[in-house]
Amino acid sequence: MADSVAPPSRSRDLDKLLLRNGNLVGPNFEPGAELRDDLQEYARILVVGAGGLGCELLKDLALSGFKNIDVIDMDRIEVTNLNRQFLFRVEDVGKPKAEVAAKRVMERVSGVNIVPHFCRIEDKEIPFYNDFNIIVLGLDSIEARSYINSVACSFLEYDSDDKPREETIKPMVDGGTEGFKGHARVIMPGVTPCFECTIWLFPPQVKFPLCTLAETPRTAAHCIEYAHLIKWDEVHSGKAFDPDDPEHMKWVYDKAVKRAELFGIPGVTYSLTQGVVKNIIPAIASTNAIISAACALETLKIASGCSKTLANYLTYNGVAGLHIKVTEFVKDKDCLVCGPGVLIELDSSVTLEKFINLLEDHPKLLISRASVSHRGKNLYMQAPPVLEEMTRSNLSLALYELMDKVAKDTIHVTGTTSKDGKKTSCLRKLRVVFKAIDGVTDMDTAGGA
Amino acid sequence: MAEPKIKYDRQLRIWGEQGQAALEKASICLLNCGPTGSETLKNLVLGGIGSITVIDGSKVVLGDLGNNFMLDESCLGESKAKSVCAFLQELNDAVKAKFIEEYPEALIKTNPSFFSQFTLVVATQLVEDSMVKLDKICREANVMLIFARSYGLTGLVRTSVKEHTVIESKPDHFLDDLRLNNPWPELRKFAETIDINVQDPVAHKHTPYVVILLKVAEEWAKIHQGSLPSTREEKREFKELLKSKTIAFDEDNYKEAVEASFKVFSSRGISQDLKQIIDDSQAEVSSNSSNYWVMVAALKDFIANEGGGEAPLEGSIPDMTSSTEHYVNLQKIYQAKAEADFLSIEQRVRNILKKLGREPESISKATIKSFCRNSRKLKVCRYRLIEDEFSNPSITELQKYLTDEDYSVAVGFYILLRAADRFAANYNCFPGEFEGPLDEDISRLKTTAVGVLSDLGCNGSTVTEDLINEMCRFGAAELHAVAAFIGGIASQEVIKLITKQFLISRSPSHAME
Repeated sequence: MADSVAPPSRSRDLDKLLLRNGNLVGPNFEPGAELRDDLQEYARILVVGAGGLGCELLKDLALSGFKNIDVIDMDRIEVTNLNRQFLFRVEDVGKPKAEVAAKRVMERVSGVNIVPHFCRIEDKEIPFYNDFNIIVLGLDSIEARSYINSVACSFLEYDSDDKPREETIKPMVDGGTEGFKGHARVIMPGVTPCFECTIWLFPPQVKFPLCTLAETPRTAAHCIEYAHLIKWDEVHSGKAFDPDDPEHMKWVYDKAVKRAELFGIPGVTYSLTQGVVKNIIPAIASTNAIISAACALETLKIASGCSKTLANYLTYNGVAGLHIKVTEFVKDKDCLVCGPGVLIELDSSVTLEKFINLLEDHPKLLISRASVSHRGKNLYMQAPPVLEEMTRSNLSLALYELMDKVAKDTIHVTGTTSKDGKKTSCLRKLRVVFKAIDGVTDMDTAGGA
Repeated sequence: MAEPKIKYDRQLRIWGEQGQAALEKASICLLNCGPTGSETLKNLVLGGIGSITVIDGSKVVLGDLGNNFMLDESCLGESKAKSVCAFLQELNDAVKAKFIEEYPEALIKTNPSFFSQFTLVVATQLVEDSMVKLDKICREANVMLIFARSYGLTGLVRTSVKEHTVIESKPDHFLDDLRLNNPWPELRKFAETIDINVQDPVAHKHTPYVVILLKVAEEWAKIHQGSLPSTREEKREFKELLKSKTIAFDEDNYKEAVEASFKVFSSRGISQDLKQIIDDSQAEVSSNSSNYWVMVAALKDFIANEGGGEAPLEGSIPDMTSSTEHYVNLQKIYQAKAEADFLSIEQRVRNILKKLGREPESISKATIKSFCRNSRKLKVCRYRLIEDEFSNPSITELQKYLTDEDYSVAVGFYILLRAADRFAANYNCFPGEFEGPLDEDISRLKTTAVGVLSDLGCNGSTVTEDLINEMCRFGAAELHAVAAFIGGIASQEVIKLITKQFLISRSPSHAME
C-alpha cells in the first residue's frame, strides 16, 4: 500500500485534523489543504503577555499551524520567571520578554514569524488591535484584561436590529492560572459574555482596614502592610516605594519585624513580606502548560472550525484530584462594553468640550480626560501633544457638526475611570442621538444617502 | 547559593522546601519522547526535578518537527531521545539528564528489572498490551507509574500506584479547628477572664468572636439544662441572643460571631474520612509498616484516649476582629494545646516504633508535627492494576457513564482508545493512520468497539457514530497543543505524587478538547 503513505511533511499530525471531514466540527469548517495554507498565510494572532502563559502560547500556536504572530509585553525577564517561562535562560535576565520569546520560538520553529512589541498595551493605537483575527490573552492582571476586552469590543458594530455584525466580532481567548488551578475562556463579543459581563468572577482583592494596621495588628501580614503602607510614607516623605528595589523591600521587612516583635506577633519572613507587598500569585510550569494548551486549541478551533469551540468558560482544578468543568455563562444584555453602547441624548448645539465634561459626570461612565473619535476620525485627542494641538480647535464646535450632521451614530471615547479607588484606562462605545432633529434625519436616511 | 531559592520562589510558595527537596531527590524515567512525553518532562525539569532518563528508539523525521518544540532541523535523522534530552538539559543545568536509544516495548519485554532504579515512570503513547505489562513490573518493584496518551483531540492520564498516602493535602477550603463545640479547660478559663459586657465601647468591639461565642454558648447552656442549640429554631434564637449583646451598629466582631455560630452547633469528633483511615487494616502496624501508618496507629490511640474522640488540635486560628492583646493570648492558648497534643502523639509514635523493634527516633519531630497539624486532612489513595481495570470493570458504573450526558463523550473515547489499540494489534496500524478513504476503518473500528464493550460486559451498549468517525479522523495524530495539555496534567500528577502534597487524581482522566 505504498500509495497510502503520505510524503514526509511537517504538518503530518495537523493535516489529519485540517484535511479530513468530521462530524463534531464547527459550522464553517471546510477541510482541505487550502484551509491549512490559509491559516499559515492569512491568520494573524496577537498574544498579549510573554510571561508564564505567553511563552507557552507562542510555542503552542507556532506548532498549531499559525505563522503570523505578534506578541506584546512591557516586562523584562526576572530570575523568578525561570521556573516556568521556558523560553528564557539565566543569561536573558534583564532583557525584554517579548523580544527574547519571539526570537527563541522563531529559532526553533522554521517558517514562523513572530513580531515582538516591547511596550505597554495602552501605548499601541487602538487600530493596531484590529489588524488581528484573534487576540489571545496570557495576563495576570484584571485591569489589563479589562482594557484589551474594551478595545476588542469597541470594534463590534450592531446592525439596525441590534444584532452584532459578524464581520466586526473580534474573538478573544483568555487564560489565567494560580498554583494548581486555572481557567480558559472564549469571548466572542456580542455573542458570548465579554470580560466585563462576568467581572464578578474576579472579586477585588481584600484590603486590610487602615485602623487594623495602625492600632490592632494581629497577623504577620498586618505588620508588613503597616510598614509598607503607613511607615514608608511617614519616613520617606515623597519618595515612592518601589517593590522591585531590594533595598526598599528589605526596609519594609525590617520595620515589619520590629512591629511584630513589639506586639508579640509571630511569622514575619522575608518571603512573606515579598508575597504580601507584591501580591505574588504562586505559579508553576505545569498549570501554565495546561491552560495555554487549552487556549491555543481554542484559537485553532475558532480560526479553522476543525472542532466545536468551548462554550464558554473552562475551569481546571488540580488541587484535590483533577476537576475540569465547563460553564456556559450568559451575556449581560446591559453591558456597557460589549452592548450596542450607552445611549446619550444631546441637543444639536452641544459643543465637543461640553460633551467631554458631561462624560465626567455621567453616572454610567465617569470618564475623565476623554479623547473622542467618530468613524475613525479623531475629534479630540488628549495626547500626544501634536494631536492635541491639531484637534483643540474642535472643542468649541458643535458635536453635531463634527459628526457630519448625522442624527444618530456611534462614537468612541477613551479616557480614565476609577475603579476601587484605582485609576484605569478605559474605552467606551457611546450611541449619540441628537434630540431636536430626530425626525428630520430619519427621513434623510430613508431617502438614501 | 541563594539563586535556586529565588529561581524557584513561585513554586516554593506552593509546595515548600520539603516538597522541593523531594523533587530534587526524584529520578524520573520517560518512555517515548514525542510531544506528550517531552512536554511532561519540560514542566518537571523547569521545576528542578532530580534526574531524568529519556527512552525512545526512534529517529527524528520531518513530521516530528511539526509537533515537538524540542526538535529542530538539526535533529533530523538523529536519535529522538538524544535530541530531546539535549534540549531539556538546556532548560536547567541542575537536572541530571540522560537518554537511552531503545524502544520501550523492547525494554519492557527483555529487561523488566531496569525500571526498579527509578522513583517514577512516565509512560507515554503506549498501547494496551505494553501498559498492562509495565504496570505489573512497576507495581512489583514499588515504582510509581503514570500513563499519558494524546490521540487526536482526546487523551488520557492514568496514575498507577499501590498506595499513596498524603499528610499535606492542602485543600482549598477547610474548616478551621477552634473547638467551640468542645472547648478544653484552658480555653474556658481564658474566656472567663474576659468580660464581654465591658462598658468601654472600644474594648467591646475588640473582643474576639471566639470568646463571645464561648461565653454566649455557656449562657445558653445554663438556661437550657446544659445543652447547646440543636434545632433550627434554637439556632435562630442563639443568633438573636448574640445580636442582642451588641452595643453599636459597627461591631464587626459580633457580625463575625453570628456568621461563625455554626461552629458551636457542629457535631463533635472526627470526620467519616478520618474514621475510615484509622479503621484501615494498615493501621494495625507491623515491623514493615510505613512511617505514615505508624503515625496513624498513634493517632488512633490518641483519639480513643486523651483526645476524647477528637484529633490533635491544629493550633492555628484565623484572623478575626480583636485587640492585639486578646488575639495574641488566644493564639498562645491554641498553640499550647496543639503542642501538648503533639507531645502525646510523639510519645505514642516512639513507643510503637520501639515495640516494632525499630529505632524510636526514626521518625523526625518535624514529620510528626506536620502529621498532627494535618491530621484532619489525611488522605490515602489506592489504585488497582490496569489489568484489573481492563478485565474486571465495574459494569454498573460504566453503563451509568455511557448513558450520562455529561460523561458519555469521555467514556466513549475511553472505549474507543482501547478499541484503537485492539485495531492496531489486528491490522498493524491505527484507524485512519494513513491517507485514503476512512470508510473501511470506520466500520472496522465500530466492530472492534462493540467487541470491547461486550468483553467489558456491556452488551447492547454502543458508542455513537460521531465519536467513531472522529476517532478515525484523528488517525493517531499527536497534536502539539493536545500533547501539551495532557503532558501538563501528567506533570502535575508527578509533582503531587513525589511531594506527597495535594491530592492526586483517582480515576483515569480523559479530556476531549
